[in-house]
Amino acid sequence: MDNKIALSMRNVTKRFGKVVANRNVNLDVYQGEILAVLGENGCGKTTLMNMIAGIYFPDEGQIYKDGQEVVIRSPKDAFALKIGMIHQHFKLVDLFTASENIVLGVDEDGRYNLKNVNSQVSQIAEKYGFHIDPKKKVYDMSVSEKQTVEIIKVLYRGADLLILDEPTAVLTPQEIERLFNVLRRMKEDGKSIIIITHKLHEVLSISDRVAILRKGEHIATVNTCDATESSLTEMMVGKKVSLDIARSQPVNPQARLLVKGLNCKNAEGVQILKDVSFTANSGEILGIAGIAGSGQKELLEAIAGLQLLDSGEITFVNPKKDKPVTFFHKSLRRVKELDAQGSFHDPEGKPISFKGMKNSQIRKLVAADKVLFREDEVMSLRGRTPLEIRSLGVRLSFVPEDRLGMGLVGSMGITDNMMLRSYRKGPAGFLSRKKPKELAEEIIRELEVATPGINTPVRRLSGGNVQKVLVGREIAFAPKVLMAAYPVRGLDINSSYTIYNLLNKQKENGVAVIFVGEDLDVLLALCDRIMVINSGRVTGFVDARTTTKEEVGLLMTQTDRPAQEENE
Amino acid sequence: MNPWLNFAIESLGFGAIFMYGATGEILTEKSGHLNLGIPGIMCMGGAGGCLALCLVGGLQLPGFLVVLIGILGAILFGMLTGLIYSFLTITLRANQNVTGLALTTFGAGLSKVLFGTMDHTVYLQFSRTLFRQPFAARSDALQKLGILFYLAILVCVVASYVLMRTKVGLRLRSIGENPGTADAVGVNVTRYKYIATLIGAGIAALGGFYSIIDFEASQEAYKNLEEYGWLSVALVIFALWRPHMAIVGSIIFGFLYRCASQLTQLGGIFSAMTAQSMLKMLPYVFTIAVLIFTSIRNKRENHPPASLGLPYFREER
Amino acid sequence: MSTLTKKKSHEPLVHLVKRGSLPSWAAWLIRLAAIAVGFTFCGLVAYLLIAEGPKKPDSLGEFFGKFFTSFYDGSFKLNAAAARRYNRIWEFLRDMAILQCISLAVTPAFRMRFWNIGAEGQTLIGTLAAIAAAFYLGGKVPEGLLLVIMLLAALLAAGVWAVIPSLFKAQWNTNETLFTLMMNYVAIYVVDFFLKIWVPTDSSLDALPHGKLPVIGNNYLFIVLVVAAVTLVTFVYLKFTKHGYEISVVGESVRTAQYSGINVKKVIIRTMLVSGLICGVAGFLFAGKDNTITTTSIGGLGFTAIIVSWMGYFNPLMMLFSSALVTVLQRGRVTQTFGVKGAYEDVFVGVVLFFVIACEFFIQYKVVLRKRHHADGKEAAK
Repeated sequence: MDNKIALSMRNVTKRFGKVVANRNVNLDVYQGEILAVLGENGCGKTTLMNMIAGIYFPDEGQIYKDGQEVVIRSPKDAFALKIGMIHQHFKLVDLFTASENIVLGVDEDGRYNLKNVNSQVSQIAEKYGFHIDPKKKVYDMSVSEKQTVEIIKVLYRGADLLILDEPTAVLTPQEIERLFNVLRRMKEDGKSIIIITHKLHEVLSISDRVAILRKGEHIATVNTCDATESSLTEMMVGKKVSLDIARSQPVNPQARLLVKGLNCKNAEGVQILKDVSFTANSGEILGIAGIAGSGQKELLEAIAGLQLLDSGEITFVNPKKDKPVTFFHKSLRRVKELDAQGSFHDPEGKPISFKGMKNSQIRKLVAADKVLFREDEVMSLRGRTPLEIRSLGVRLSFVPEDRLGMGLVGSMGITDNMMLRSYRKGPAGFLSRKKPKELAEEIIRELEVATPGINTPVRRLSGGNVQKVLVGREIAFAPKVLMAAYPVRGLDINSSYTIYNLLNKQKENGVAVIFVGEDLDVLLALCDRIMVINSGRVTGFVDARTTTKEEVGLLMTQTDRPAQEENE
Repeated sequence: MNPWLNFAIESLGFGAIFMYGATGEILTEKSGHLNLGIPGIMCMGGAGGCLALCLVGGLQLPGFLVVLIGILGAILFGMLTGLIYSFLTITLRANQNVTGLALTTFGAGLSKVLFGTMDHTVYLQFSRTLFRQPFAARSDALQKLGILFYLAILVCVVASYVLMRTKVGLRLRSIGENPGTADAVGVNVTRYKYIATLIGAGIAALGGFYSIIDFEASQEAYKNLEEYGWLSVALVIFALWRPHMAIVGSIIFGFLYRCASQLTQLGGIFSAMTAQSMLKMLPYVFTIAVLIFTSIRNKRENHPPASLGLPYFREER
Repeated sequence: MSTLTKKKSHEPLVHLVKRGSLPSWAAWLIRLAAIAVGFTFCGLVAYLLIAEGPKKPDSLGEFFGKFFTSFYDGSFKLNAAAARRYNRIWEFLRDMAILQCISLAVTPAFRMRFWNIGAEGQTLIGTLAAIAAAFYLGGKVPEGLLLVIMLLAALLAAGVWAVIPSLFKAQWNTNETLFTLMMNYVAIYVVDFFLKIWVPTDSSLDALPHGKLPVIGNNYLFIVLVVAAVTLVTFVYLKFTKHGYEISVVGESVRTAQYSGINVKKVIIRTMLVSGLICGVAGFLFAGKDNTITTTSIGGLGFTAIIVSWMGYFNPLMMLFSSALVTVLQRGRVTQTFGVKGAYEDVFVGVVLFFVIACEFFIQYKVVLRKRHHADGKEAAK
């Protein structure tokens, strides 16, 4: 390996307001090497790379390219220094062909000869082993083809340092293998490559060295040949931080929501959920852990009736459905049979037994509606719209990830946002704001929502207060199942604890809570069970009380593990 | 001349008005801006050109200079009017529909005020002597194909070439499709939007000027400009946002529209009268049909630019 | 920091920050100031244009005095004749009511972010249907019944005209701005077609003797009352009904609407129907007021209404102010005062609107000068 340093960062610090995204990071990249940057969600990997690519500017510290101190203020500056970054969200014009997108970034004016560009693109592709049709329109392309265009775009501009932000997140194993071959060829060509990833086995198979970041700080850089999956995981997740979240033992957990063999595709046609099965129990918090974008959002939306399924079944079990006993049970004999199973009780909930009664007495009791029949109601939610799910009597609450874009209406006040779920109630035609207003006042009071007024648009509230309004509304719905996606993302400590307490209270009330989180410490301290998903596949179920961060971390990052079945 | 040929030539000349308007609007829309002020801009272009001619009317300037001054006057007034739209919608991020409609009200009104102050004979004298060259002496429709007619075709062809074959065009199209991406690769979005909307306004303005000074050459001509402006906006859709298609479309539009007046000349019979309004309706009906057809077929190339009507605001973190 | 100053900064000098909230009195102050500046600017434009008019004033001060008075004269001046003392005010109220009515029509669609710019055509088709009813049935049925038939015909025609684009929008996402725009011109030639059938030889249709609006005290009050009622109903519909709530949610975010179980397609079509029906009312008023129709009966009010609705923040009550403002501008008597010709009113409407449009930017954004060339924009902006 050539030992010339291509790029180095010295004491780089970046803050966003009070939050420190990167603190005193020192990092070297050699020419002709592949450096993997490893770290959990939110550890500052992408921010660090964005400073090299000119998206952000460091608050402190220096960056050196090929030994020279440089100032990178814009992507243009970065390109001038032959630095190119391939972002996770591709920046391509759908309507253009591959070549047009590639040539768009080049600075020269005048006409361009598409034939020339096409042949140059083909040359680059051939040199590094890409497969690409320069004349294909981007909207016709698969994700991996789009990625190829992004990479060639950067190469076409003459970059010798490439940064790839989680390039494998959206690719199939075969595509990943092809990508890695390309990267190896580029390395042989003397290019330096930084690859951001969570996936340990990929780190081990592709990189020369690994830099590990944790909570914004550079922990270590090790040679890949000296590293193992467990040593990397340990450095990545760090020591367990104990959080002071009260956690009670689940009381009498019963299956509430059964999900079986869920498969679905996202808007781009990528298979995003693969054969997902699990059960959510009452009185229990089921955590869902996984790298961001592993299918958590689609899973919750599928349950809520907002996502088309390719296959699979979602069943809701409503155990406490009381029906008056009528002679639907037809014959006295059937009633007696059910009685033997202890299915009957009176309106106060006390069990009733017909044993020893005369037939006429039984008939009299039943006719007077004095006897209730207990029955488990099992309903399929598959293929139903949110409205249909609600009209079935399924009390399913959903705190979506996108609070203002989906869960709330930003321009409306708290009262009007309360109505989002319930506005259909009340007299025909007209809205009744009385109850929503009471509810809004209650939420403001109970959850200490800081707002100038009950009718202030929720968009103007701070993130924590917005979330309190949203969670408060969903809980007021008296749910049987409560799904919350990243409910504490962007919240300060106090607001976060308010949310944890709310979720815990729901659990104690017998609600089946599904909690999608990203902070492993929180997941371990709050949940009862944790389901880990990885690229849309369930890779394991662990007991949150006994598991370790390393175990969950490994489940989150390893792709070659077989999917696990849930053990009941 | 054969009356049918005469008629065809006249339709061709008439269509050139829309060629200007549509090309100007296509450039504007390719930058993501729906400018409903184009009718107002065409009115102002007509007024500006004629005003410039009035100013130099008394001086004995060489012919080519007079033509140039007229054209520049039209472009200048069009661009100044367009600048109001550009500033409000690009820099101040105002609602494009509201701004455009206000601009049409303003432009149409101001042009009428300006024409009220002009002596029509002054600018019209140049029509026959200069603008209707080289066929000014003829008595048939060919006389209507003056200098500005050929310029219209040239503008269409050049605009088409720039849009589809040059880097500038590529960048402009990328802004209309996805300004975020264009910004990320280093295209100056604001500058391109200004340039596109202003040049678009200048080109559209020539349409108004052409209609008055060349095609119709009458002092009543300015009163029709607003309607021609709306037809131009329709033609943009009909041409599927392609300037070279605007040439074909303008011939069809011109033919249908002129058919109407031709019918009355052929004989004022009742059916011909009602057919006249039907024929004038057809360009709009065709445009709606194209709009529906393209949205059903859902072919991406035929859609309006994806960011049309949306203000661009680079997110600050 | 020394390295940072080596290169020229790319950071712009001014920086825009979205305001969290501006007290409403401040927002109104900005708006009033914009209108005042707009009027003054109009005066300057007019001064330049009218420089050679026959009644050219001596000084700029005198000009401005006359200029502003001309707007008062146009809308509020009392007549000398006792019998027609308040006619100007009544005419002003009528014009304002009709503009308000069409503005109300476009509002439900706009609140849904459906850019219906086809009010001109929808109203015209409504007028045509009402006139057609009066043309064919006039004299054959009692006047009262005829008016009802005219209203129903107008509602039906305008409703259909508005629903057509919405069907395509809901089903295939056809661009509604362009579709409704084109429908305006189709409507104009439909009217042209019928006029040629009704009056093949003449250029215009003489006022029909039947189907006049009821006279309550004078010719104007009926229209004012009808529009007042429509304003109130629209306000209640948007603010206090479930439909209105659904419209607001769909307008804000289709995702949220789906989340809360709203059938977005249904709401789009239903709301455009409502828009069309209100246009139908306006069309009926036009028909009953003029008792005739031309292709330019609506006179561009359908487009002006869009601006009025936008200026009134899509709130039916606030729109009373904007429609009053625009009507005052349109009824200005500058041409009479200074003895000049031309569409000055349109110029003034345009200019004042530009100022109002521009001032919204300063209500929404705060312009911050960068004090120091710090790398982090957020820091500098604070």
